[in-house]
Amino acid sequence: MRNPQLNRNGGLQHLLTIDGLPPEILTAILDTAAPFTEVAEREVKKLPLLRGKSVFNLFFESSTRTRTTFEIAAKRLSADVINLNISTSSTSKGETLLDTVDNLSAMQADMFVVRHASSGAPFLIAQHLAAMGLEHIHVINAGDGRHAHPTQGLLDMYTIRHYKQSFANLVVAIVGDVLHSRVARSQIHALIALGVPEVRVIGPKTLIPTDVDKLGVRVFHDMRAGLRDVDVVMMLRLQNERMQGALLPSPQEFFKYYGLTADKLECARPDAIVMHPGPMNRGVEIDSAVADGPHAVILPQVTFGIAVRMAVMSMLAGG
Amino acid sequence: MKIHIKNGRLIDPSGGIDAQADLFIAAGRIAAVGAAPDGFAANRVIDATGRVVCPGLVDLAARLREPGFEYKATLESEMAAAAAGGVTSLACPPDTDPPLDEPGLVEMLKHRARHPGFAHVYPVGALTLGLAGERLTEMAELHEAGCIAFGQAHAPVVDTLVLMRAMQYAATFDFPVWLQAQDPFLGRDGVAHDGEVATRLGLPGIPVSAETIALSTLLQLARDTGVRIHITRISSAAALEMIVAARASGIAATCDISINHLHLSDADIGYFNPHARFAPPLRDRRDCDALRRGLAGGAINALCSDHAPVDDDAKQAPFGEAAPGASGLELLLPLTLKWAGEMKLPLGQALARITSDAARVLGLAAGTLAVGAVADVCIFDLRGSFRVTRESLRSQGKNTPFLGRELPGRVCCTLIEGHVAFENEVSEKTHARLRG
Repeated sequence: MRNPQLNRNGGLQHLLTIDGLPPEILTAILDTAAPFTEVAEREVKKLPLLRGKSVFNLFFESSTRTRTTFEIAAKRLSADVINLNISTSSTSKGETLLDTVDNLSAMQADMFVVRHASSGAPFLIAQHLAAMGLEHIHVINAGDGRHAHPTQGLLDMYTIRHYKQSFANLVVAIVGDVLHSRVARSQIHALIALGVPEVRVIGPKTLIPTDVDKLGVRVFHDMRAGLRDVDVVMMLRLQNERMQGALLPSPQEFFKYYGLTADKLECARPDAIVMHPGPMNRGVEIDSAVADGPHAVILPQVTFGIAVRMAVMSMLAGG
Repeated sequence: MKIHIKNGRLIDPSGGIDAQADLFIAAGRIAAVGAAPDGFAANRVIDATGRVVCPGLVDLAARLREPGFEYKATLESEMAAAAAGGVTSLACPPDTDPPLDEPGLVEMLKHRARHPGFAHVYPVGALTLGLAGERLTEMAELHEAGCIAFGQAHAPVVDTLVLMRAMQYAATFDFPVWLQAQDPFLGRDGVAHDGEVATRLGLPGIPVSAETIALSTLLQLARDTGVRIHITRISSAAALEMIVAARASGIAATCDISINHLHLSDADIGYFNPHARFAPPLRDRRDCDALRRGLAGGAINALCSDHAPVDDDAKQAPFGEAAPGASGLELLLPLTLKWAGEMKLPLGQALARITSDAARVLGLAAGTLAVGAVADVCIFDLRGSFRVTRESLRSQGKNTPFLGRELPGRVCCTLIEGHVAFENEVSEKTHARLRG
């Protein structure tokens, strides 16, 4: 079965997941993003790469930050951006996902940026577009269920490369709710593809997915042991609803054992960086002293995120 | 109507027969095997040269979607699919709308199905009203209306006291119960086997323990109540081991698996293929291998199609939102033959699982070519293969994970009670050409 996000020449047709993407493509995206970081410094923050193209932000699940950064990225590339919050419009009128896609395709869309609560929804859209002969429309997965959030994974890689230069000798720990996290899955695939020798996941057993070690990571349940000598700490967001359903007893206990504090961070290397995909729950997964401290690179992540999304969009639909 | 089926390779697992022999049918029954009865003058001769003549298939689970889901399928469309698949007897699960929980519904279904050329339909009645797991149905009345067993389809009986009493009540009349083992809580949000594939794809998992814990409950209550129990659609190696161990301790439990679980594992979900969504879920490769061996050795009593026609809208959705199930009536024989070939099993042994062994689970004298038996016959061609396409399927449900696959075993002719219910015209022409 051909990876549905690659075209016949092995190039990127869609960006649906990092799983299975060759490292050359990942590196090419990071390399393409580098000059885009400078665009933001200019007085006129625009490039004409997507002029005349229509980018539809299809958000079937609410999001402010991700949608905004995609919107900024598309606008800096001179695309026309249409934002659709579908959770509150069509589906409540009984329209199916593919009906919505067909309608928007008929409006001459060039790109769909899709967020959906169900794992695999962007694959369904990409396969449908292929079946309809609409191969000129590209799909970017902006987060599907627990499955993938590839642009987040890529912007995290950009951030790591920016601060650590190389992936070759790093130890990276991903901490928190790995079970429900599409961000963690994309991070794991990206880190391993780019050659990070040791990727760890840290969390209580209720938040670590079955057989996750088969993805190539080491599992730790003791946070201090897991953080020992790491170069990069990637914190995950803990959704409030996880306190229901018997996954965790309380936010306080979670913070005590799995929240990142300055004290626990001392187990890591002195030059370790701390990342978080946002939005942060201060006092639940991360202490403010760390979030605002010298190791944190959380705001640069957001800035790099725009450049990385510009890179992905221009590689898919530019030229 | 007297029919003479000549020159075929006759395989009748119930009689241990696999030989070149003619078959003679009169008055809807098998009149003779081998030599014609005295004075037999056939109205029709069917040339089965180069073909296999076997009992009509017995399918332990085929959803006809009536009443209530006629937009998914109708009795007419699914009966045509059954005949085209060589299936002459089928049990239908009670998960219709409304469920088969009162005698009038069962009588109506039996009445609608009583039609020349339609397979024999054996409804499985609902064990509890509305399949809600709270109150018992009128099992004795339902039995008189035609139910051959009682079950819950995919609906659990959460309250174990209700479950025990339902079993006790069924055992009072020696009615069998057919139940699926899935814990309602452990599998609650899950859509795929809890393992590496689900973790990679971010799909909520259903652990094997969801099956084994529920199975343990079913087996212990079956032992205590003495009810005859049939476990439907097992999915894991662990469940099979438990059933084998239960038998050794004296619990006469039988079980079946579906054609999907015989050939597929969670790896077949690929990139979120909604055709690979099933309840219970496809387990991993080791489970699939254990089921294949278990069916070969007879620890799994029967193979069924688990036919569940689903409309396209319900399948064209993200994996977790897609309706589970697939069409299967027309694939039961081909997928049995594929498995038999891969496992290098004698044809008679493989066919037993979809004829005589399945009939034994049903408690019926079907699935046999013995003299005097009802003349339900399937004639198929072992040579060549065919491609499964939406167009090739007569079922109204066009969804199966086997679309596009080349499979062996095209059915040439199906007889139900001595009437020709299906003839494959294409293959008749090819056959005529082959004969020159």
